Amino acid sequence: MPKQVRHDTKRKIEMATDVKTHPLIVSVSPHVRDEESIAKIMWTVNFALLPAFIMSVYYFGPRAVYVTGLCILTAVLSEHLFQKGLNRKITSTDGSAFLTGLLLGMNLPPAVPFYIPIAGSLVAVVITKMLFGGLGYNIFNPALVGRAFLLISWPKLMTIWSTPTAQFLAMDARTTATPLGILKEEGAVKLMEVFGDKASLYSQLLMGNRAGSLGETSAIALLIGAAILIYKRYITWHIPFSFLGTVAVAAWIFGGRGGLFTGDPVIHLLSGGLMLGAFFMATDYVTCPTIKKGQIIFGIGCGAITMLIRLKGGFPEGVMFAILLMNCFAPLIDRGVSPKMFGAVKKKEEKK
Amino acid sequence: MAHTDKSNWELIKNGMFSENTIFRMAISLCPSIAVTNSLKNGFFMGVSVIFVQTMVNLTVSLIRNFINPKIRIPIFMMVIAGYVSLIDMSMAAFARPVYKQIGLYIQLIVAFASIFARAEVFAVKNKIIPSVADGLGMGIGFFLAMIVISFFRELLGKGALWGLPIVSGNPLLIMVLPAGGFFAVGLLMGFFNWVDIRLAERKAAAAETAPSVETTG
Repeated sequence: MPKQVRHDTKRKIEMATDVKTHPLIVSVSPHVRDEESIAKIMWTVNFALLPAFIMSVYYFGPRAVYVTGLCILTAVLSEHLFQKGLNRKITSTDGSAFLTGLLLGMNLPPAVPFYIPIAGSLVAVVITKMLFGGLGYNIFNPALVGRAFLLISWPKLMTIWSTPTAQFLAMDARTTATPLGILKEEGAVKLMEVFGDKASLYSQLLMGNRAGSLGETSAIALLIGAAILIYKRYITWHIPFSFLGTVAVAAWIFGGRGGLFTGDPVIHLLSGGLMLGAFFMATDYVTCPTIKKGQIIFGIGCGAITMLIRLKGGFPEGVMFAILLMNCFAPLIDRGVSPKMFGAVKKKEEKK
Repeated sequence: MAHTDKSNWELIKNGMFSENTIFRMAISLCPSIAVTNSLKNGFFMGVSVIFVQTMVNLTVSLIRNFINPKIRIPIFMMVIAGYVSLIDMSMAAFARPVYKQIGLYIQLIVAFASIFARAEVFAVKNKIIPSVADGLGMGIGFFLAMIVISFFRELLGKGALWGLPIVSGNPLLIMVLPAGGFFAVGLLMGFFNWVDIRLAERKAAAAETAPSVETTG
């Protein structure tokens, strides 16, 4: 009996969503006619990440393909098997599991052993997404939860940063500290020493010739991808720009060692996972506020927490925790800034 | 003031499975996350709760005819606190290393919702033998939950059981941290619910296919 009920509801949902096979369905407004679909958006975002992926392969060699591929494979496969096992509609080809795997892979250091991408993808897809009800119901960004899980579980393995070599077959790269790690431990002066002068530091950070997670290093490639998404209007400027702006302002005011207003915002903007996080992960439709005003608050919150962790916290990088923390506040922010309902009357204050 | 009409065995089974403190009622979750990072801690916590729950039910049931309903809550508290002090002191004397780790939570048994609830809804209304059976069942249910949770957490988080290393390699450190406690409890709760639904479906399917025999009661 319960099985029958479940089947019926499933069929109803399918009928309601699939307009092509049921063209005469009448539904409540709004009647939007558009070619957009989940799959189209997701595959476009995947495509927008392609430049950053190419740069990661250029700098880190076959390891990049191996780690990212393992992540994607596990993510898609686990979503498929989970939905198959629970008799749900199988959506593993709509690109969202692929995107989760791709983002997770780009957030991992190059030299991780094979079980780290697999465990991370499983946590990301099965625990963070599917157990909460699938795409659209997850509270947290799946890829980031996967990475947080890995960072807390294997703190040593997750902080081995290989030196970028840009030689395709150099497998055993030496390890080094990330720019943010150097900044945290030894300050900006040491960072300048490592990279030469200021101009070469900026250009190296922009191109991505630095240690770090696979996909986060090349700011220019990420910006190209972000431009595609903004041009297609899949993301708006609100979250990324308020996020980056807050980081820049906070870095300028509090980032310097010589007192207030002596920090270097460019280093903070171009290093760490900020570009990847601000354009591709904070803007995840499911886990950010839907109202524009709320998105600006969300971005400012992300930036503030990021800088708090970078400057005062125990970790050198805080983008991941910042986005995850703000994810929990997204529904609250939406409630706080939701516009007044049309025709609703403001409650009169009680007379005393 | 309904007396229970279940047999003692049914009462024990009820506490162990269908009204399991952690996985069904979802109460007393604080210790289930705080002390289950190793099998040893979970075991001692479970044993203490079995003892306290059974003795509290026994005592409350014994004095149920003398308790003035208006002051029953302070009386329950005193009974519970007495037994908790007993186990707290004996553990401090005989199991020093374990006590150092989970001593605080042993004292917190005083505030366990599950123990108080059984005194309030069961022991004060029922005779001695059923009350003891109920307390035993609830205690064993809690004990089993602690064992299952701490088994997985220690095995995954440290690659060990009862302090003895079993698996070498890099364990999942998160499982022995509080965050891992939430993961473990949530996943196990989900798993048991899933098993329950499956069993109910199977039972329903069996009832449908079986020839229509009128079963009443």
